[in-house]
Amino acid sequence: MPVESRFLGENPYFSGLGPPELDSIKHLFFEVRAERGEIILLEDELTDRLFFVATGVVKLFRVSAEGKEQTLELVRPGESINEVPVFDGGPNHASAQAMGPVLLYAISKNELEPILRDHPKVALNVVKVLASRIRHLVSLIEDLSFRHVIGRVAKILLEHAGDGARPGQRLTQQEMAAIAGTAREVVGRSLKTLEERGIIKLERHRIVVTDKEALKQVIDAKY
Amino acid sequence: MAEAPVIDCTKCNGCGLCVNVCAYNVLILVDQVVTIIEAEQCDWCANCEAVCATGAIACPFEIIIQG
Repeated sequence: MPVESRFLGENPYFSGLGPPELDSIKHLFFEVRAERGEIILLEDELTDRLFFVATGVVKLFRVSAEGKEQTLELVRPGESINEVPVFDGGPNHASAQAMGPVLLYAISKNELEPILRDHPKVALNVVKVLASRIRHLVSLIEDLSFRHVIGRVAKILLEHAGDGARPGQRLTQQEMAAIAGTAREVVGRSLKTLEERGIIKLERHRIVVTDKEALKQVIDAKY
Repeated sequence: MAEAPVIDCTKCNGCGLCVNVCAYNVLILVDQVVTIIEAEQCDWCANCEAVCATGAIACPFEIIIQG
């Protein structure tokens, strides 16, 4: 199904273009569908297509040499993925996976470049989108590099845990992130790390602290 | 009764992203508001919470110390 002009018009990339301009470029986009769990992009591979999410959510992530996954961003309808390789010609900077059934519209680099030349408004919009993306990633880098987040997450667990005599407080990962002053993605990774170290167990809707002393040591550790 | 994600109907904007990402068919939209239909199927992956832009759905964890 071809992309509708209205979808493009509501996208930050093409904001400011009128109906005739949108109609003149919409045939350059093609539909891509992905099922839940399907990998849309693999990091370090070459892909010269820019994707716009129409329905569903796409997870952007990187995997370390040890196999640890770090979510970079959840991309929702109206947002785009794969700008970096499209604009710098390098490999994909992240992998992208469909979190559910996803409909995307894609455009190749070769088709996009003339649009940028012919419509300076679009070029300015791209700068804004990239600036916003940099802001998000810098914030994530700060969390991952400079802050002792895992210690703060450990402290939150200890302070909010029940001990059998009294029920434990219930917290979402979002709430833990707000308390720790970090991103939800970083809390998720911290919990996984604590579980891998055998300090906690994640049991459906419960976080069970199995080694309280080790948890205290994580809180006291500098890094 | 199985624990289920917590829904704040007043915050739900009916976008359906939570339904889209739920791998266990726990959620549906009824009159443009998310509703739980299969709580016992929920594995608490919290993807629904992660994608919700309005904070309408939450998967709170009970924190307990064992032993």
